[in-house]
Amino acid sequence: MKVSKIFFSLLAPVSAIIFSLGVGAIVLLIVGINPLDAYGQMVSFSADSTSFASSINKAVPLYVSAVAVAIGFQMNLFNIGVEGQYLIAAMFAGWVGTNVVLWGPLHITVIILTAVIVGAIWAGIAGALKVTRGVNEVISTIMLNFIAFSAIAYLLANTFSVESESLNLSTGKLPDSALLPNLNFLITMFGFNEPRGIEIPGFLVIAILLGIAYYVLVWRTRFGFELRISGMNPGSARMAGVNPKKMVFYTMLLSGGVAGLIGLSTLMGKLGAYTQDFPRGIGFTGIAVALLGRNHPVGMALGALLFGVMDRAALVLKLEGIPEEIVVIIQGVIVLAVVVAYEIVGRIVAAREVTAAAEALKASNGAEVAA
Amino acid sequence: MSRVLSRPVGILGDGDSATLWHSGTEGASHRQEWVVADNGRAVELIAITKTYPGVIANDKVNLSVGLGEIHAIVGENGAGKSTLMNMLYGMQIPDSGEIKVRGELEHFRSPKDAIAHGIGMVHQHFMLADNLTVLENIVLGFEPKSGMRIDFDGARKKIIEIGSRYGMTLDPDTLVEHLSVGQRQRVEILKVLFRGATILILDEPTAVLVPQEVDELFDNLKVLRDDGVTLIFISHKLDEVLSVANSITVMRGGKTVATVLPQDVDAGQLAELMVGSELPVPETTASTVTDHVALEVRNLTHRSNDDRTLLDDVNLTIRNGEIVGIAGVEGNGQSELIDALMGIIDPETGSVLLNGEDISTRHTIDRHEAGIGIIPEDRHRQGLLLSAPLWENVMLGHQSQAPFVRGPFIDMKGTRSATEEVVERFDVKTPNIDVPAHALSGGNQQKMIVGKEMLAEPDVLIAAHPTRGIDVGAQSAVWDELRAARQGGLAVLLISADLDELIGLSDTLLVIFDGKIVASLDPGDVTPEILGSYMTGVKVAS
Amino acid sequence: MTTTTREPMVEMDGGKQKWSKWGLMLVIFLVSMIGLSAIQEIAGTSQLTSSGTWGAALRLTVPILLAGLGGLYSERAGVVNIGLEGMMIAGTWFGAWAGWQFGPWWGVAFGILGGAFFGLIHAVATVTFGVDQIVSGVAINLLAAGAMRFLSVVTYTIGSGGGATQSPRIQGFIQTFDIPLLSPFLQSIEDKEWFFFSDTAGMLGGFTTNVSWLTVIGLLAVPITTWLLWKTAWGLRLRSVGENPWAAESLGVPVMRMKYWGVVISGALSGLGGAYLVLVQAGIYREGQTGGRGFIGLGALIFGNWIPSGVLAGAGLFGYADALRLRQASAVHALLLLIAVLLAAFALWKLYQKSYTAAVSMGVFAILFYLWWALTDEVATEVVTATPYIATLLVLSLASQRLRMPAADGIPYRKGEAH
Repeated sequence: MKVSKIFFSLLAPVSAIIFSLGVGAIVLLIVGINPLDAYGQMVSFSADSTSFASSINKAVPLYVSAVAVAIGFQMNLFNIGVEGQYLIAAMFAGWVGTNVVLWGPLHITVIILTAVIVGAIWAGIAGALKVTRGVNEVISTIMLNFIAFSAIAYLLANTFSVESESLNLSTGKLPDSALLPNLNFLITMFGFNEPRGIEIPGFLVIAILLGIAYYVLVWRTRFGFELRISGMNPGSARMAGVNPKKMVFYTMLLSGGVAGLIGLSTLMGKLGAYTQDFPRGIGFTGIAVALLGRNHPVGMALGALLFGVMDRAALVLKLEGIPEEIVVIIQGVIVLAVVVAYEIVGRIVAAREVTAAAEALKASNGAEVAA
Repeated sequence: MSRVLSRPVGILGDGDSATLWHSGTEGASHRQEWVVADNGRAVELIAITKTYPGVIANDKVNLSVGLGEIHAIVGENGAGKSTLMNMLYGMQIPDSGEIKVRGELEHFRSPKDAIAHGIGMVHQHFMLADNLTVLENIVLGFEPKSGMRIDFDGARKKIIEIGSRYGMTLDPDTLVEHLSVGQRQRVEILKVLFRGATILILDEPTAVLVPQEVDELFDNLKVLRDDGVTLIFISHKLDEVLSVANSITVMRGGKTVATVLPQDVDAGQLAELMVGSELPVPETTASTVTDHVALEVRNLTHRSNDDRTLLDDVNLTIRNGEIVGIAGVEGNGQSELIDALMGIIDPETGSVLLNGEDISTRHTIDRHEAGIGIIPEDRHRQGLLLSAPLWENVMLGHQSQAPFVRGPFIDMKGTRSATEEVVERFDVKTPNIDVPAHALSGGNQQKMIVGKEMLAEPDVLIAAHPTRGIDVGAQSAVWDELRAARQGGLAVLLISADLDELIGLSDTLLVIFDGKIVASLDPGDVTPEILGSYMTGVKVAS
Repeated sequence: MTTTTREPMVEMDGGKQKWSKWGLMLVIFLVSMIGLSAIQEIAGTSQLTSSGTWGAALRLTVPILLAGLGGLYSERAGVVNIGLEGMMIAGTWFGAWAGWQFGPWWGVAFGILGGAFFGLIHAVATVTFGVDQIVSGVAINLLAAGAMRFLSVVTYTIGSGGGATQSPRIQGFIQTFDIPLLSPFLQSIEDKEWFFFSDTAGMLGGFTTNVSWLTVIGLLAVPITTWLLWKTAWGLRLRSVGENPWAAESLGVPVMRMKYWGVVISGALSGLGGAYLVLVQAGIYREGQTGGRGFIGLGALIFGNWIPSGVLAGAGLFGYADALRLRQASAVHALLLLIAVLLAAFALWKLYQKSYTAAVSMGVFAILFYLWWALTDEVATEVVTATPYIATLLVLSLASQRLRMPAADGIPYRKGEAH
């Protein structure tokens, strides 16, 4: 029973990945490239410590992004605004980090808090609009993304920026007390080579803690229970005493707050500042990872790792003259394929559950049959 | 000698295009002629049987409707009226029996077939698009065209013509959302007339109308009938039926009970036929009713957005150790009463008191905590989480209290053991407490719901249709539980459409009609006639 | 007949309005032009009404308009399509490629097909498989962006004139036209700088000089859509599917098929919008060219209350603001004064309608805008860039209760399911 449970939960994502790799293979064939060759290169390239560190580096913010999106998904709220929320949160956090210098751990805490609060506020705008004026959160969060981009551009150019050698606008480098240590020792500990030029971000620890906190919150607290039932069956949730408006607003705040954490991996790591180069697009890819991992803390971690590995492996393709964008295509197809797969598998599983329960009952006393 | 019945021209089987109407010279000029076979009945249903898993919806039902008459089908909820009409309209296919329309044997596979034979149905829940105009709703799928373009002028003319012919005038260019309920119903009727229907089926047409609209509707129906249209309508409101029908068929429990003429019966007799001449005899046990009032409702009034009265100055009291039953046909305010008691809707006026304390402004969760338990009327939509395991279902309504939570966290041990207790004590047949709720049978789902509420030891229990759709074994188990709890001092509000249940369990029997409590009866000596009359809005001489 | 009280008989003749529709529009036009001229005098700029500005505004309006109309077809059929951006991107790429390979009008054709292809994917996912519409839209955006990048890398090899992020120049260009005697005449009046007349000449000049034929096609899409959706049987069925698919099904309308049509057409129109960006303005494909116009189109759709002429108005507004920003920064500054005046006018109107709270709040905003204009010399470009998004958000917040999206928009539909 347990084994089949695991089998079915993996069935959809795995089949979607295989399907997407297949589509990728077809595309490669059409343009005259041997897919086995390409995939083979990707695999061998990934299997070294630098690649490993790089994959983790990319995976960490993706995971946090997925968790932020998943919180909303639990009650069918679409926070597409994660992109804008994390960027604006990171910028403010960068500025605060540079200008408000405190003793070690306190400094780090303040930076993290700033990011969380700014992210929460930005998402809260959409939440408030939904609850008070009935504005659909999909549109409002998308609009807020663009407004965030403009706000960031303005503030970076005028208020927040700092003299720097390059033409790259920046909030200024964070003092060392604000940077998190790199965790490359985890690799060297086991006798592998030191990763070159890349480090495992200290933020990994926080990301893992976040995953645990997410699990506990959603599945082991009253709030999480009410969150999930609001998504499962709003009618039953209402009868059970859930206040729908409060739920929407708090969920958006929470989702935005977590989104704020996304950029900290980079901010408090190698980059050390918020610049115009700050990595973008993590908000949208996070949606893909959340879907792939079905909002499950471990599933999303695996999904984030997969996407991180794929992003890293894409580099080798470039060296071999294979367009690395095939990876983006595969990732895009994964998103579509996995939601279709979950639909199909979900129906199969539901049917099985009914017959299994009926049989189990028949075995025990033969009285009731599922109606 | 065959009778000739005329029908409007322009009907085509597939509805993809419609020829333009052409007018003739006489009164019924634009109609085509149907030729009807000898016996001249508009509709004959002969020994129609239809079963679903576990229930016989129609059991060798016979129905005979004459040409150009208004024929009413009456019965309680679940009597099988709607199922029967669905088959006449082609929405379902009978398991056995014959359908004859105008003397010809027919086999309808879909509503399109029925429409092609001049049958139209006006559903209880209107199928209208608010944001489209009257004209657009009427012609949809049957548009008169010239090339690609819709012939609006032609359609408009026809609609106005049919409308004025039968006294149902409407501006074809108004948006449906601006129409009153009565007007919307006219659109539905015009929809079927536009497609050439001469046999109209109306399902509970007066359920959503205010009294003036009912009068207008009946005037329209009479004009239609006088013009040769055959009308079949389903209703449970006997006064209305008696005032307008030419003949009446009574159904009960999936069978036809009688066919009568309105001049031969009065409302009381009709009610008796509907409800059955034998009511269960309540058990004579010692009364457990105490003096302490657990729940009191005062002057509860609520109106809908379009100004219909849903609750009309409702007053009731329930004492500890008492089961107060509310009888009534569904849709007369029961759902709104439950929502008001649970804090889901906020009534315009009135108050709810629990143990003397006014809880009218408290949130739903607070009411759970204060000791109100609820068995909701629709367990799938309000009472269960179908895809979640049993132990999560048991938490519904109690997720703010021990043993399910400790502080902000869920107490897994407490929850699981509470669930085990529910399963054990209330005989919920399940392999374990981790199966999803949808895997349980209806009866076991209900037992679980009853059990989880009882476990919380409420002061007041609202039980809405507690044994609907469950097997007999589970039903008696639930009844035993309610009785035992009553003995222990529980106050119960029992809302049900099952008269056996109401009479067997209630200490006091109220009747609700049109949002108002119209009677308070003693279940020990109520007669079917009186009960049925109150339930159907007939004024009873006191 | 009983003599119970009835609702008054509704007018049978459709009701003659006091002002005919065209007359009203003429009045609005005259008032606006006079207002704009006055503001220009006060603000000291001529850019608000120059032919250059209006010409640019027209060119910037069309892609947004096409995306918005695309959204219209889809949502009127009940399917939310936020993948418009991705479909537009496909339009830009295929438009440029075919334009480079074969010629500009081939670019138009391929742009449409490219957009329609992604529309088809969206339709299959949402209509046939019942996947959540938002999720599918987001996925399509990701997929399209990546796929176009991939295609660029593969197709535009070294030496072709293009690269990973842009295409080579298209062959030829789409013809533009002037109106023979009118254009120079208008230009001469514009040059004279007469109050009101020069400004009107400027606006008319912008609309009639150097206009691309593709622009005309794009604009024609508005009346064509209006006719198609409101005057034909096909259009009525499409709209019914978005308002009440169960009612439509009960009347024999093929719901699934209509939804497919709506979504594929929305892809095609977005693709056309993308092709327009390449063929009329840039001449090449550049990554990121669409710049969120797919989403702005969605904003125009909502602003326009899901009606084609409304979408045009919304797109026009965004296009105009965009044009001002590009032409001259000071012009945007003058716009602040314009907004202040408009808000003041609205406030007075609300006062007339006796909605005091609305009048007061609008009055306050009018004053704030006036102060903003008076106390600053220019408006930061970033603020201007954000205007369409802020405007959409404002419109949604203020009017969500009164906007009328198709009733069954976004609701997944399973055949035969009673509601």
